[in-house]
Amino acid sequence: MKTITIDPITRLEGHGKISIFLDGKGDVENAYLQIPELRGFERFCQGRRAEDMPQITSRICGVCPVAHHFAATKALDAAFHVEPPVAAKKLRELMYMGYFIYDHILHFYYLGGPDFVVGPDAPASKRNVIGVIEKAGVEVGKEVIKHRAYGQKITAILGGKATHPVCGLPGGVSKGLNKDEVKEIEKMAKSCVEFAKFSLKLFDDIVLKNKKYVDLILSDPYQLKTYNMGLVDKNNKVNFYDGKIRVTDQKGNEYDKFDGKDYYKHISEHVEEWTYIKFTYLKAIGWKGFNDGKDSGIYRVGPLGRLNAAQGMATPLAGKEYKRFFETLGGKPVNSTLAFHWARLIELLYATERAMELVKDPEITSQKIRNPVGEPGEGVGVTEAARGTLIHHYKLTKDGLVEKANLVVATTNNAGAINMSVRDAAKGVIKKGKVDDTVLNMVEMAFRAYDPCFACATHTLPGGMPLEIKIYDSNRKLYKTLKQNI
Amino acid sequence: MGRGKEAKTNKKLQVAFYWAASCGGCEIAVLDIDEKILDVLGLVDILFWPVAMDFKYKDVEAMKDNSIDVCFFNGAIRTEEQEHIAKLLRKKSKFLVAFGACAVSGGIPGLANVANRDEVFKVAYLDNPSTDNPKKIVPKTSVKVKEGTLALPEFYDTVKTLDQTVDVDYYLPGCPPTPDQIMTAVSAIVENKLPPKGSVIGSLKSVCDECRFEKSEKKIKQIKRVYEVEKIEDKCLLEQGIICLGPATRGGCDARCLDANMPCTGCGGPTPNSVDQGAKMISSLASILGIEGEEKMSDEEIQKLIDQIVDPVGTFYKYGLPSALINKRVIKK
Repeated sequence: MKTITIDPITRLEGHGKISIFLDGKGDVENAYLQIPELRGFERFCQGRRAEDMPQITSRICGVCPVAHHFAATKALDAAFHVEPPVAAKKLRELMYMGYFIYDHILHFYYLGGPDFVVGPDAPASKRNVIGVIEKAGVEVGKEVIKHRAYGQKITAILGGKATHPVCGLPGGVSKGLNKDEVKEIEKMAKSCVEFAKFSLKLFDDIVLKNKKYVDLILSDPYQLKTYNMGLVDKNNKVNFYDGKIRVTDQKGNEYDKFDGKDYYKHISEHVEEWTYIKFTYLKAIGWKGFNDGKDSGIYRVGPLGRLNAAQGMATPLAGKEYKRFFETLGGKPVNSTLAFHWARLIELLYATERAMELVKDPEITSQKIRNPVGEPGEGVGVTEAARGTLIHHYKLTKDGLVEKANLVVATTNNAGAINMSVRDAAKGVIKKGKVDDTVLNMVEMAFRAYDPCFACATHTLPGGMPLEIKIYDSNRKLYKTLKQNI
Repeated sequence: MGRGKEAKTNKKLQVAFYWAASCGGCEIAVLDIDEKILDVLGLVDILFWPVAMDFKYKDVEAMKDNSIDVCFFNGAIRTEEQEHIAKLLRKKSKFLVAFGACAVSGGIPGLANVANRDEVFKVAYLDNPSTDNPKKIVPKTSVKVKEGTLALPEFYDTVKTLDQTVDVDYYLPGCPPTPDQIMTAVSAIVENKLPPKGSVIGSLKSVCDECRFEKSEKKIKQIKRVYEVEKIEDKCLLEQGIICLGPATRGGCDARCLDANMPCTGCGGPTPNSVDQGAKMISSLASILGIEGEEKMSDEEIQKLIDQIVDPVGTFYKYGLPSALINKRVIKK
């Protein structure tokens, strides 16, 4: 049997590593994506002060600190039995939109998008943000830098600083907005709406008008018929900051809908010996290995999971795009992993429109931003991180220290599906032991579509990832090494 | 961005970035210099930078020693691979800069030194409300699956700072460092105005010096948790009873957390001329609590004041446990 190791260990820490095993004919028998990193947050959160959780857990991820910050803050609201004032919730959600604007722009232009904008078979040296700028123009490049920065600035105004904000407190936020800040945010948000529209048009022109790309999106190796999960509001529209967790099945029908606090009754995590990451699944169905279909509990989260799990977007322009998305790709649910990119841009448009709604809301300047807390107890907080459903769960002592912490992060929710996507892409493109550079990128694209925070968990990179494939013969002797971007 | 041969033919500074046990926030901080990144690219060649460019272990191994002018290294050292790469980059770099709190002093991941590997594994994989693990399996460094063998790097018992692993030339603190701090460091390097080896490239002020709130000499009787203070007023947070690490923390951040009405939690590390940030803060706190008049207080009263500090490790060493004078819990096996 031959072994192929796709080893982005060049990420130095080796934050992600793919091993592909071939059978006697040289076809793929199985593939494993390993996450060789763990930092132990759930352990060292024990004994810490409850109020430190929003700032400690934001250090899980410097790409999506706001998601952890508010999942933690919401868990503290629940644990301290306090409902924040309406204005505080709006301020939190506005900051959340700033975060989504920055993060989705980062992914589309710097991380995953280059595969499409520049092209899946473009030279590796062009499959990065510079390649995107070359193709779309320097003016576009400046707009990308500007609007990514706007997202960060909105977060910084509200949160003190953008990377590792500080404003979240049980019962509210520590800082309100003044009129000058509102004006500044409105100006930036308005510009972001136009930029989101432009980005969707760019996707239209470069990807959707190119039959080759559309065929690729719809091709077999990139389809996965899993369940889908995401937070929805009371109208079952996508919501990033709050709502109920909705799960839809392979036909797009509602399978489950529950409050975040009951998460452990609905989902479980499975442990494997060969990776530090855990794999979540729907508890009622059970862990049935790395399989899709209705009999396997594996589900997907993130932009595609959210769009599939909801019944629309709550803002007008994003709502129209939502309809067009499903019409174009053959109805609900869309199972193509590569459709994550389009879904992400639709969410970017939603985030910008929602930011405009919030910043124009007269209540946004209210200084009633805190409510007094009750006795410390136990609480769960759920938000949608840019790449999927994020759950924080704390049990506090009577002194307000953390007794226990449990964190189910977006990448864990997608881990089973990512593994399957990598395996299926490998099976689809590697035949009779034939492997070349394009094949490597096709495998890489299968997981890059999910999530740049996978990048954060594993420290993979934007553009082409340096990969090494080692092929071993049946005696496990190395007979060929293929390299990409090396 | 030149690489390899092309880079050797010009005189631009050859720079490398690397991340170890960290969150990616230091990379985002570099991107947050926004359009200035274009100016920086005019001054330096980035030999490698995982967040923006493609490279490979072997590229680094193949380099001649000292062929990187400056390597900015963020993240703490937690696994055998991180240790290996830190040693490799040390060898290949003329200057090695510990970039950000994790590399400088262990950072938030360094708080894991309150536990060891077995405890971390137990909480992550065994004793956990959503994990279903009847066979009680935990990840292993080498696992036989039916198709072959899979390997994982070893997860160490303790977290180390970069300078506990290799020799470090300069330190750039902060979680993450601010864009201004980053530009100051880059300019110092480009203009060859580097301070003596071992220096912290940063502000000489404390966070208090940069804070918008006036500090008087008022004493407090009681320590309050920030969420217990119903309305945080526009005055020194310490004087409102909230523990703020401003007096013991190096500035350069413009006291941005205080602008959001929240206390400094110490990410800038100790102030210049201070060795142990926690010790300095405890002394500041003792003073503001009036413990200096301890001869007049009963042991019971003193104990009562000290008991109000509910989590000394997490409060005073949030970003620097591995570099503190007492840097881990001793766990008997």
